[in-house]
Amino acid sequence: MSTFFGGLDNHLPALLVGVPLLFAFLMPLAERVHRRLTDILAVTGMGLTSLCGVLLAIRVFTTGAVGYAFGAASPDEMLPPDSGGVPVRILFTVDALGAFMVLIISVVGLATLVYSVTREDRHGEKATFYALFLLLTAGVSGMVATGDLFNLFVFLEISSLAGAALVAVRMDRGVAVEAALKYALLSATGGLLFLLGVALLYTQYGSLNIAFIARELRMTGLDTVAVALLAVPMAMKCGAVPMHFWMPDAYSRAPAGVTAFLVVSSQCAMYVLFRSLFTLFHRRLDLAMFGWFVIALGVLSMFIGVTMAIPQKDVKRLMAYHAISQSGYMLLGVGVGLAVLGKPELLDAYGRKAMAGGIFHIMNHALYKGLLFLTAGAVIYRTGQRDLNNLGGLGHQMGWTMLCFMAGALAIAGIPPFNGFASKFLLYESVFRFNPFLSIIAILVSVLTLASFMKVFHSMFMGPRLPRFAEVREAPLPMVVSMGVLAVLVILGGLFPTVVVEHIIEPAVVALLEQSEYIQTVMER
Amino acid sequence: MVFAFSLQSGSGVWHPLVWLAAFAVAAIIARVVLGFGRGSRKTGGDHVKPFLSGNEELDEERIHVRASNLYWGYLEAMKGYYRRLTALHTGNVADYLLWLFGVLAIMIVVGLAT
Repeated sequence: MSTFFGGLDNHLPALLVGVPLLFAFLMPLAERVHRRLTDILAVTGMGLTSLCGVLLAIRVFTTGAVGYAFGAASPDEMLPPDSGGVPVRILFTVDALGAFMVLIISVVGLATLVYSVTREDRHGEKATFYALFLLLTAGVSGMVATGDLFNLFVFLEISSLAGAALVAVRMDRGVAVEAALKYALLSATGGLLFLLGVALLYTQYGSLNIAFIARELRMTGLDTVAVALLAVPMAMKCGAVPMHFWMPDAYSRAPAGVTAFLVVSSQCAMYVLFRSLFTLFHRRLDLAMFGWFVIALGVLSMFIGVTMAIPQKDVKRLMAYHAISQSGYMLLGVGVGLAVLGKPELLDAYGRKAMAGGIFHIMNHALYKGLLFLTAGAVIYRTGQRDLNNLGGLGHQMGWTMLCFMAGALAIAGIPPFNGFASKFLLYESVFRFNPFLSIIAILVSVLTLASFMKVFHSMFMGPRLPRFAEVREAPLPMVVSMGVLAVLVILGGLFPTVVVEHIIEPAVVALLEQSEYIQTVMER
Repeated sequence: MVFAFSLQSGSGVWHPLVWLAAFAVAAIIARVVLGFGRGSRKTGGDHVKPFLSGNEELDEERIHVRASNLYWGYLEAMKGYYRRLTALHTGNVADYLLWLFGVLAIMIVVGLAT
């Protein structure tokens, strides 16, 4: 790997953010040359970013955590000789958990951008759309790659602003703008609270580096306040109940490709939540209390998300409530791991498996929920209808879209052999040993999820061919290909879950549990 | 080989490829059973039309069961729950912020108290 592309692979963490930024700023220029050039550059930029992401992930999973120092003579020179052991440079630290998130961003980002090329053909100003999409990519990539709390705040803001602008990009008679304003206002408030938490840590430890603070942490009263200031805004960003209200508004009004990628953006906020609780604070945290806090958010999100989804008539709003519900599974699994973190025998008995289930569900959810939003977008694209009461019989004309929808719907409901079942299987069994009641709620939520998606399936695709949709055809090829790729991954993840768990999920769990590797990557190089 | 792809949960095991093989066998059996019936099936004529108590069949637009008609009983039974839950979803961003600050305050107070 060291000589790959003439040593360029040593700069993969920087390229992960630099490439989408560069292509984002090229977009207005490209539009002046030719409209099609924006398509080519956007796909090329996202393709290169994904390539960087995949190569970086392979490197981390084969050789261990990667550190990158900006401005150093060599990118692995984390501590300047005259810094007194304080990491003063801007550092990126990508361990297995970060690489796991980079992989998700790479796959879903590329699929949704290719999907959007045709989707956005109907609208002018594609350059603005692509520029914002690539800025969002840069923001979320930076969030999962950086090892510095202030940079994390900066990337959080980039992703929030780009995400809000993307929600509003099609105006939608002002409704989308209203949804975007809510998203922007809540994100900005959450971002400021996060910044306040960072400031509390900086005043005490004199550094913004996560590894350095984790090593030096004393868990003062101010640190306790900082935990809350870092964790609660991130829980809001990932749609945890009762801070989820923005999500159905924003997800339902954004273009379908954007919504699919906003799911990933929310999961990056969940990454920050887990990174804060495990890597930054876990040695000094009241683990049971914070574990139960995360579990409580998870259970509320699961149950309220799914029950609010059932009566919805707007297909994307319904799916948005399911996104909230599915986030609950992830919080539940990782929360159980956090609650038993201080008890090694319980952690080995079921805590690690619960965390593996929760983290595996992040990946699975990104794939199947992305897929479901894309299928909903394809139906809206062809029919112009988003109200389930006005849809029906589309299975006759949109067979491929229907098949892709079925794969996503069965996966989200936890039906074998799709990927959602594999992660839910790990969750049900391990959470049952922690508290059977929680596991029963999780199973009940899956039953309700199935019921909800039966309704969507029937309303959109079943029934006689309706005369008003006589002219409707299958979605355009790039959209079908994007949906197809995600559907294949959903099936493969379900048929070969062990491959994913052994090579990607378990290293990510270890990265969360073991602070030492993360700290060593920065402090001992 | 098949068991090499089995997922261990710590207390149980999931064999996706075994499940897939069992599903394929069940699908083949179902197809064979369906084939027995198809031979004697009559096509065309009034007996293949839906019987609606002697009434005329409605047109396609009206015969399709719409989303709002599904789970009517469930929604009716849970009316009280939904009334309370929907009331919380005000659409007012000031309320959204209050929930955020409320959760933050609870976490800080509980964190400092323990």
